[in-house]
Amino acid sequence: MTPRPRVRSLFQIEGLPIIVVFALILGLFMYTAPEVFLAPNIYMTFLSTAPPLILLATGLTFVIAAGEIDLSFPAVIAFSGFVFAILFKDYNLGWIAVVATLASGALVGIVNGYLIASIGIPSFIATLGTQFFWSGIATVLSGGKSYALRGAEDTSVWWWIVGRFGDPNSYAWQDQLSIQALWTLLIAVFLWFILNRHRFGEHVLFIGDSNDVSRVVGINVVAEKIKLYTLMGVLASVAAMMLTLENKNFFGNQGQGYLLTAIAAVLIGGTSIFGGRATIVGTFFGCCIIWMLEAGLVATGLTGAWVRTVQGLIFLVSIIFYLFVEEPQRRAEFFARFGRRTDSGGRDPVGKVPARPARESLGPDPKS
Amino acid sequence: MSLASSLPAASPRPDFRDIVRLEGVQKWFGAVHALRNINMAVGRNEIVGLIGDNGAGKSTLIKTLTGVYKPTSGRIFVRDREIDLSDYSVGTAHELSIETVYQDKSLGEKQPLWRNFFVGRQIVNRFGFINVKKEKQIAGEILLNTIGFRGAGISVDSTVNVLSGGERQGIAIGRAMHFNSDLIILDEPTAALGVKEVRKVLDFVRRIKSAGHAAIYIEHNLAHVHEVADRLVVLDKGEIVSEILPKDMTVAELTEYLIDMQHKR
Repeated sequence: MTPRPRVRSLFQIEGLPIIVVFALILGLFMYTAPEVFLAPNIYMTFLSTAPPLILLATGLTFVIAAGEIDLSFPAVIAFSGFVFAILFKDYNLGWIAVVATLASGALVGIVNGYLIASIGIPSFIATLGTQFFWSGIATVLSGGKSYALRGAEDTSVWWWIVGRFGDPNSYAWQDQLSIQALWTLLIAVFLWFILNRHRFGEHVLFIGDSNDVSRVVGINVVAEKIKLYTLMGVLASVAAMMLTLENKNFFGNQGQGYLLTAIAAVLIGGTSIFGGRATIVGTFFGCCIIWMLEAGLVATGLTGAWVRTVQGLIFLVSIIFYLFVEEPQRRAEFFARFGRRTDSGGRDPVGKVPARPARESLGPDPKS
Repeated sequence: MSLASSLPAASPRPDFRDIVRLEGVQKWFGAVHALRNINMAVGRNEIVGLIGDNGAGKSTLIKTLTGVYKPTSGRIFVRDREIDLSDYSVGTAHELSIETVYQDKSLGEKQPLWRNFFVGRQIVNRFGFINVKKEKQIAGEILLNTIGFRGAGISVDSTVNVLSGGERQGIAIGRAMHFNSDLIILDEPTAALGVKEVRKVLDFVRRIKSAGHAAIYIEHNLAHVHEVADRLVVLDKGEIVSEILPKDMTVAELTEYLIDMQHKR
């Protein structure tokens, strides 16, 4: 029997383990690079550059909660970013460009949802395909050029999406408080309520738990998955707009760095890789850790090459941690699957075909 | 047990004869003919046992009946009224008071019990937000009164994966009872249960009858189903091959009959 309580009660506070880890890493950097981490500027920079990552990771939390994956959001950042840049700059459409950008994100999401839920292509494959497709479209349409959005800061679109609460020309830190941080916070809080208190969020969690159970209890799995990917697409298009406006520049591969960082942030945060359990609070702190590592390692004096290495290490350590602590029964299944694969692929001598080792020798099949 | 006392009395609706009736239902999965011309009716206060070998089509039949699968052709009547199959779904089956208790597919493993009681039928405001307080309160009442989980270390916040097999059946059955289902479909509810827990489930099946409801009871164990069913329907290769009244045959005779049938076909 799974031990009911005590250990688990520690996890009653949403995202607590990851908050502790975040505090430890922050403390470490305050010690190794006090001139950076004990001054306000780094935190203001965080508020203006972290929002795209947080929005992407929040959307991805829903996708992973449903037991699926999305690899196509970097392409949305390219494609929707291009739609926004060209409509905003070349056609001067202002707010219409914003609406069209959101629609382009929704379009990508609906196509993903349709491919995955209605046609039944595994999400990993489907979104791998759409990732190539949409980033290809963006490259073709933009001709590989980048678009500089000079003068954007004089428009109401710029002010409302990525403006500053203070004087934008001042370098004082209190003037650098960014609007996109507020938007991101509002969206994240809203989506927390959707996940934990709304019918849609409950359906997403049950779908992640089991598609069969979801159908049996009356959830329209196809429709909910299409909604899910549409949400992800729209969030990615918002991230694309913030990124393009914040940089005042569009370039075709501006989404590339987000693929692994966003997925890592979600899983570090404690959302289950098997679906069915998700935490937005955890994802938020996962984003903080991923972002802070980048700044902190460089400020500590390590080269940038270390950043990905350490991010990858923390990513793996946290997944192993969650496997052991949160899902002991899944852990057995996970290792059983892993063991079986090494067995058939590794130890079987080539040429000796028929007499495969009996499956019983590998221990009981966890699924039976 | 507290099961009987809290089981709601059947609603007096004398305006129909059969709770559910299938006419000429066919189901194909690609090239596989899973259901062949099924004609079957369940009376309003009848326990029908559905038996047959693995792969005979029992589960497909149940899933077609409850809106999980759409039949390829044929007609389904609920309370003598024909169902529009184009928009028949699990949701509509729920609205028609048909509820299924599946062997292992009724509950979301990682979800707390209160969500499992209400998923698909949440208590929401007009924006779709769940009234968590109310759902938890009602779930607590079901746990305590309808199912009788007392002081077992189980609360509405417990997740399903800490429950035993019998406890899981209890949760699924309690859910069916709470939503006052006229037809409760039990898909091998005693599989993988200990003797004591089997008795509880069989008691519940009898109470479905005494409270005036109907049930379809799928079971491998002939002794269990023989004990509680009014009528047995035998399914083989997607076809109904015979109907037997338990009072006409002992369990031993029934077993022999089924084995003979397997040999002949």
